[in-house]
Amino acid sequence: MSKLVRFAADILYPVVLIFGLYIVAHGHITPGGGFQGGAVIATGVALVIVAYGYREVTQWIGKGGLMAREVVGLLGFIGTALVAFIFGMPFFYNYLAGQGGLFGVPVTYGPNPGELNTGGTVPLMNFAVGIEVWGGLALVILYLLSGLVPHDDHEKEGS
Amino acid sequence: MILEFVWTHAPALLVAIPLLGAFLCPVIGKISRTTRTAWVAGIMLVSAIVAFILASRVLTEGTVLYSFGAFDPTLTIPMDSGGIPIRIIFTVDAMSAFMDIICATVGFSAIAYSLSAESRNSGLEGYYTLFLLMVCGVFGMVSTGDFFNFFVFLEILSMASAGIIAYRVDGGVAVEAAIKYFVLSSVGAIFVLFAIGIYYGQYDALNMAVIASRIQWSTLDMIALVMLVAALAMKCGAVPMHFWTPDAYSMAPSSATAFLVVASQASLYGLFRVLFTFYNVTLNAATMGWIIIILGVLSMVVGVTMAIPQKDVKRLMAYHAVSQTGYMLLGVGVGLAVLGNQPLMESFGYMAMSGGVFHILNHALYKGLLFLTAGAIFYRIGTRNLNKMGGLGHNMKWTMIFFIIGALAIAGIPPLNGFASKLMIYESVFIFNPVLAIIAMVVSILTLASFVKVFHSIFMGPQLPEYAGVKEAPPSMLLGMGILASLAVIFGLFPDLVVTTLVNPAVHALTDQGAYIASVLGGA
Repeated sequence: MSKLVRFAADILYPVVLIFGLYIVAHGHITPGGGFQGGAVIATGVALVIVAYGYREVTQWIGKGGLMAREVVGLLGFIGTALVAFIFGMPFFYNYLAGQGGLFGVPVTYGPNPGELNTGGTVPLMNFAVGIEVWGGLALVILYLLSGLVPHDDHEKEGS
Repeated sequence: MILEFVWTHAPALLVAIPLLGAFLCPVIGKISRTTRTAWVAGIMLVSAIVAFILASRVLTEGTVLYSFGAFDPTLTIPMDSGGIPIRIIFTVDAMSAFMDIICATVGFSAIAYSLSAESRNSGLEGYYTLFLLMVCGVFGMVSTGDFFNFFVFLEILSMASAGIIAYRVDGGVAVEAAIKYFVLSSVGAIFVLFAIGIYYGQYDALNMAVIASRIQWSTLDMIALVMLVAALAMKCGAVPMHFWTPDAYSMAPSSATAFLVVASQASLYGLFRVLFTFYNVTLNAATMGWIIIILGVLSMVVGVTMAIPQKDVKRLMAYHAVSQTGYMLLGVGVGLAVLGNQPLMESFGYMAMSGGVFHILNHALYKGLLFLTAGAIFYRIGTRNLNKMGGLGHNMKWTMIFFIIGALAIAGIPPLNGFASKLMIYESVFIFNPVLAIIAMVVSILTLASFVKVFHSIFMGPQLPEYAGVKEAPPSMLLGMGILASLAVIFGLFPDLVVTTLVNPAVHALTDQGAYIASVLGGA
């Protein structure tokens, strides 16, 4: 693509990334969550592919790396749920809620503007799902676009 | 200590272990092929053991409940929720336990079989991940007591199945079959989701027991019932919506096909759960019963008549699977038609339902076995075309014996398991309506005719020169087939054992709506 498009993509990519991370991080108090945030981040990958071309982008991010993100996300999710067994609690028990610390601020009854540091294991699972969907959807996009031929090659073939 | 832990947390472990196994499979596969083989087989074995422990707990203690994320797994209704179960609750009654056992048995045999059957293919970490996800999906679907959760596991199962059908690309033919399956499953899943929306809008609840306790047979309930019956009957391959089964069953790798049969039966379980646990006597039992009976009779007749002219052995077996699903629908449909009429239920209704439910187990065993034998033949000679086969009985003796057991069982020849359940269906359906019983018997005879032809063209005749060097299937494939074949024989010889310990409790759990509601909401 032209230099203009690449420049715009350079500016937009961090914005897309931050917006996606925002949706993931606020998953437990606003609409959205891990899946939606991860999908937004994956659109950032699509944007970069459109701007820079498939061949160049695959040199920066490989399929192996994306696959690894998928596995890490999925294991993070099931691992968070399984840890409850160590505390002698049922599967998926929220052992962090109300315990203090980064995610364990107790929530008072009644309306509040939305405390970010609450939710216990829920934000952890949102992050895990976010990582998984980022890797998974980016991989899907890479496979879908792997048939694309760069513009110059296309002209050569046509002539 | 460990046993006590498994005893308490069995319903959660049932989905947690296959999920963990599936997610770790790509990582473990990086170490070496043998480690991955051991990992997959170990995970499946442990899941199967957990399923059996859970089933024994259900049969000794009654319905087992498990609230996810609660302080205490048996605490279904939190103190401050106003009497509504808000968490995801697994409600494992005798019917669920029965399905869990089927899934564990066939799943283990299919995995054991696949260890050598798929060993020549690439991309195996994907294959086993999808397979374990399918196992997780079936376990979840049949164990859950939350209707939205049922939809989630239905989707997990559909996605994983579509992926595994397309696994052997085969010049795009398998991918076409997978797309067909995927589109139909998605449409079905949307129907299910819409029905869930209707229930949630009316009754403010997703828990099956709460919906069942509040159901009123309003117009909206009727719409929801139509959607659920259409979607779930399609997913189990009943006749007007059966067209995905031949493609999907024939193109999937054989070990996956054997498990796809169980996957279809999980949808059948969903159908029965909706009819009996949600609506029970509130629906017009005679009308709904006859609809299910007609679906069943259509499936039986169309399935078997379509099977006879097939040239592809797995396609032929797939049509027979449609036909056999008809027997289950017929048996349970007759039970539904007289539901609420206690004297008629006692005289033949319960027996018809037992026959139908027992047939689910028998079908999973012999149909899984037949698909596995077809896969063993494909593994050795590389074709599924019946016209190109012949004389394989000289080289593949064990496969031939297993095929005979499967073929005689599906045709309902004593003393094999197919006969045991079919006899129960014939006897009870004959009292209800003799014509239906006669149709069922004629379909059995046609099934036998079809399998005699298949047996002859695969195994009989002189040894063909191109197959002179063909060897017997590898040991792990024989192990998978052997488990299913020996169970088919044992259940045929001692049907009373299974019927009294597993099938009858399952049928009573289905028909007794009050007990299901009371087990979750408390207070009979």
